[in-house]
Amino acid sequence: MTDWPVLSAVTFMPLVGVLLLLLTREDSAYGRRNILNVSLLTTIFTFAVSVYIWYQFDSSNPGFQMTEKHEWLGTGISYHLGIDGISVLFVVLSAFLMPFCVLASWLSVEKRLKEYMIAFLILETFMIGVFVSLDIVLFYVFFEAGLIPMFLIIGVWGGKDRVYASYKFFLYTLLGSVLMLLAIMAMYWQAGTTDITELLGYNFPREMQTWLWLAFFASFAVKMPMWPVHTWLPDAHVQAPTAGSVILAAILLKLGGYGFVRFSLPMFPLASDYFAPFVFTLSVIAIIYTSLVAMMQSDIKKLIAYSSVAHMGYVTMGIFAANTQGVQGAIFQMLSHGIVSGALFLCVGVVYDRLHTREISAYGGLVNIMPKYAVAFMVFTMANVGLPGTSGFVGEVLTLVGVFRVNTWVAFFATSGVILSAAYALWLYRRVIFGALEKESLKALLDLSGREKAILYPLVILTIFFGVYPAPIFDATAASVDLLVNNYSAALQAAQNVALSVQ
Amino acid sequence: MTAETLLASLQLSIPELILAVGAMALLMIGVFAGEKSTSTVTGLAVAVLIIAGLWLVLKTGEGEAYGGAFLSDPFAKFMKVLALIGSITAMVMTVGHARSAQIDRFEFPVLLVLATLGMLLMISANDLMSLYLSLELQSLALYVVAAINRDSIRSTEAGLKYFVLGALSSGMLLYGMSLVYGFTGHTGFDEIAASLTTTGTPSLGLIFGLVFILAGLAFKISAVPFHMWTPDVYEGAPTPVTAFFAAAPKVAAMAIFVRVVINAFEPVVVQWQQIVVFISIASMLLGAFAAIGQKNIKRLMAYSSIGHMGYALVGLAAGSMAGVRGVLLYMLIYMVMTLGTFACILAMRRKDGENVESVDDLAGLSQTNPFMATVLTILMFSLAGIPPMAGFFAKYFVFMAAIEAHLYALAIVGVLASVVGAYYYLRVIKVMWFDDAKGEFARTAGELRLVFGLSGLFVVGYVLIGGPLGNAAEVAARTFF
Repeated sequence: MTDWPVLSAVTFMPLVGVLLLLLTREDSAYGRRNILNVSLLTTIFTFAVSVYIWYQFDSSNPGFQMTEKHEWLGTGISYHLGIDGISVLFVVLSAFLMPFCVLASWLSVEKRLKEYMIAFLILETFMIGVFVSLDIVLFYVFFEAGLIPMFLIIGVWGGKDRVYASYKFFLYTLLGSVLMLLAIMAMYWQAGTTDITELLGYNFPREMQTWLWLAFFASFAVKMPMWPVHTWLPDAHVQAPTAGSVILAAILLKLGGYGFVRFSLPMFPLASDYFAPFVFTLSVIAIIYTSLVAMMQSDIKKLIAYSSVAHMGYVTMGIFAANTQGVQGAIFQMLSHGIVSGALFLCVGVVYDRLHTREISAYGGLVNIMPKYAVAFMVFTMANVGLPGTSGFVGEVLTLVGVFRVNTWVAFFATSGVILSAAYALWLYRRVIFGALEKESLKALLDLSGREKAILYPLVILTIFFGVYPAPIFDATAASVDLLVNNYSAALQAAQNVALSVQ
Repeated sequence: MTAETLLASLQLSIPELILAVGAMALLMIGVFAGEKSTSTVTGLAVAVLIIAGLWLVLKTGEGEAYGGAFLSDPFAKFMKVLALIGSITAMVMTVGHARSAQIDRFEFPVLLVLATLGMLLMISANDLMSLYLSLELQSLALYVVAAINRDSIRSTEAGLKYFVLGALSSGMLLYGMSLVYGFTGHTGFDEIAASLTTTGTPSLGLIFGLVFILAGLAFKISAVPFHMWTPDVYEGAPTPVTAFFAAAPKVAAMAIFVRVVINAFEPVVVQWQQIVVFISIASMLLGAFAAIGQKNIKRLMAYSSIGHMGYALVGLAAGSMAGVRGVLLYMLIYMVMTLGTFACILAMRRKDGENVESVDDLAGLSQTNPFMATVLTILMFSLAGIPPMAGFFAKYFVFMAAIEAHLYALAIVGVLASVVGAYYYLRVIKVMWFDDAKGEFARTAGELRLVFGLSGLFVVGYVLIGGPLGNAAEVAARTFF
């Protein structure tokens, strides 16, 4: 294996880019060019390292790999990094999307480009840090720290109501997270460690699990976001600049799901089992209700934001089905949604850059002048609907299968969401792309430029590739998910045996 | 007292002696050289403080002095170093502002040295008598300093208000001390503790005494419900003075608060714990909610400091080794953040030389002065307790101790208050980054840039240097356990 700290390298590499950016000046076209090049190269290089990590990753080993551990702050907290099958692909996804964000901001960010890129690179460090942390305090530090750059990105480069949206985003997520912090401390005093690998093997008492689970749920449910604490998301999405929306939808939302898989399910199995019906209820409401809400939106970004909430409903449902299909499906769904929703926001960005409006009614008939754009947008719309052959299908079907094994009614209602998603997504597509090209403002639009092709085409290919051949993802996750699910069932079984023997 | 014990006592208190002799010498220089000597006296005062600090770190041993009234231990050393750093930094920051704030009198540095002397003695106090004397030495110097700008109504009002309320609290403190002396028969902390251990359940009179002592001390750290003076004094006093008030005296008062409850009243922990829990919760909530409507950044920082004292008391309420360690780290980090923030506030000066104090005056700072805006943003996120800044770890350690002591309600109220508090810190950031610039500030003085630069560096770099600092705090906290 590798003997150099490859995970630290991938986590902190963007900060090297930040240091280089501090040396640049923005006052000329040449300086602008420098900033963009440095950012792009940093993100591409980080992505290359993350691919190397995926290549080096031993998918037959269900435990943590490439670990690094050092004492930190001298109080039991450790700087402990490592990846397993659950986290490795999220690292790759985070690093993969960053170059696209840089490309998407190439022309659209007109003011304070340098600060913008610095904020994004710092954000990348924090996001990757969340996925590679093997110490729960370190996890929390990265998890919360991500709020800082995102707050500034929404607030400085956002739309008209950006101040309101940034406050709401920040305070909502902070409120959820501080309770998790207290739970982390309680876990430390109970188990005597903050190391995730050791906490995974520790049996918390049933009573305590309930409280800990609720505290973690408060944080992750806001981050996911689950109904009814999702209301920050549409605001944040609509106001954020394109690249901000991409990161928000593709990666920050996944932190919640990742948290459920990493902490709630394996560390508090009894509580997870106890609260599963509660999560199912919220998930089903999220799927149906937010799909209906999405249908009524007049703003493209808002529509996609609500559809994200609905899709996260499948994820939470799949995770708490707590069987192989459910968890595998949830992870796949998160990764696929990361690509697809990110791509949809990039598509919105393409037309927003030309027309500077996100109102659906301002568009129509784009297929006549932007055929290439229409094709790309169609692929992502279909993936959002969950059409077989796209990556969206695999995740949805697996989560539904997983839930069906646990509770058929939940599966039944959740499946209706598939129909609803087809309704809003296709209707959106029809209103924006099809129809006659009547609006004067649209007639002069150009089709995708070379840069936009470079952004959208790779995502089209990936969406279809993983829809047809999902094996690379399942190969990486299978061993770790199996271990997780087996430990979960074993814990439930053990608790049941104890209960029986007491009687 | 024999010559040997006296000599030993003097040796333990050499840093204090340096300050005392230094202050008197500086006074002489000032009197004989007249008003124009201000800058010389200021420079010499800084030198005196630095010499005292070096002697403290390098040469001072540990032990009791003056018949047990004075104690030099690792805890005292840690807090004294903090207080000295706070004083030195505050004094350095006044250099460029003395003239415009109309505090360019040679008495000013002399008073600050005397106040610092009071703080050091207070941190080392191991007897109710020495506690009271040192506290008064510090306070009397501070009352004068608050009103040093004689021509400003606000400054004199601040000084008077501070004096009247401070005298009231001193009265309460004295009354409490007399009750404690009456019911235990001792004034030394160790003897009080010993007497309380042997008597078992404490008498009602003693508890009254305890309440009065804690009320007097709570006034000095400006904890709710004894906080009323803070916003007015912070706002009214000249800004360099406010910067001084916000840092070192708080450290000293918190040190003696810790020593009194953990050392003298250790056997009646149940009694004082509920008091500390109450003032902690009240301070956190008031600090969070009352600051929301503030437009003056000095007032905002006053409420912020009330809130922060509440958080520091969370660690004390736990009454454990981890708790005291948390308090020590909290005071360290709080002091650095506060000094940095006040350096930024001092740098808020228009091109025509006028100092401004409104939050809205910071509008668009990220475009006019990106360096200062970045540092102030870092400090605000740190004050709000957002990782990876130092302020997060400060809160982390005190809440950690509270959870260990099963003070769940305190911890939950505390973290929720920190979310409310985040709102007004975010407002400062919002004004700097999201709003358009209204005007530029004059070039920032070098010493201010140095102070806030170092402060920002510390806050960000805490993740790297936190280990040794944590160990130092651990050694200091072990004094009591």
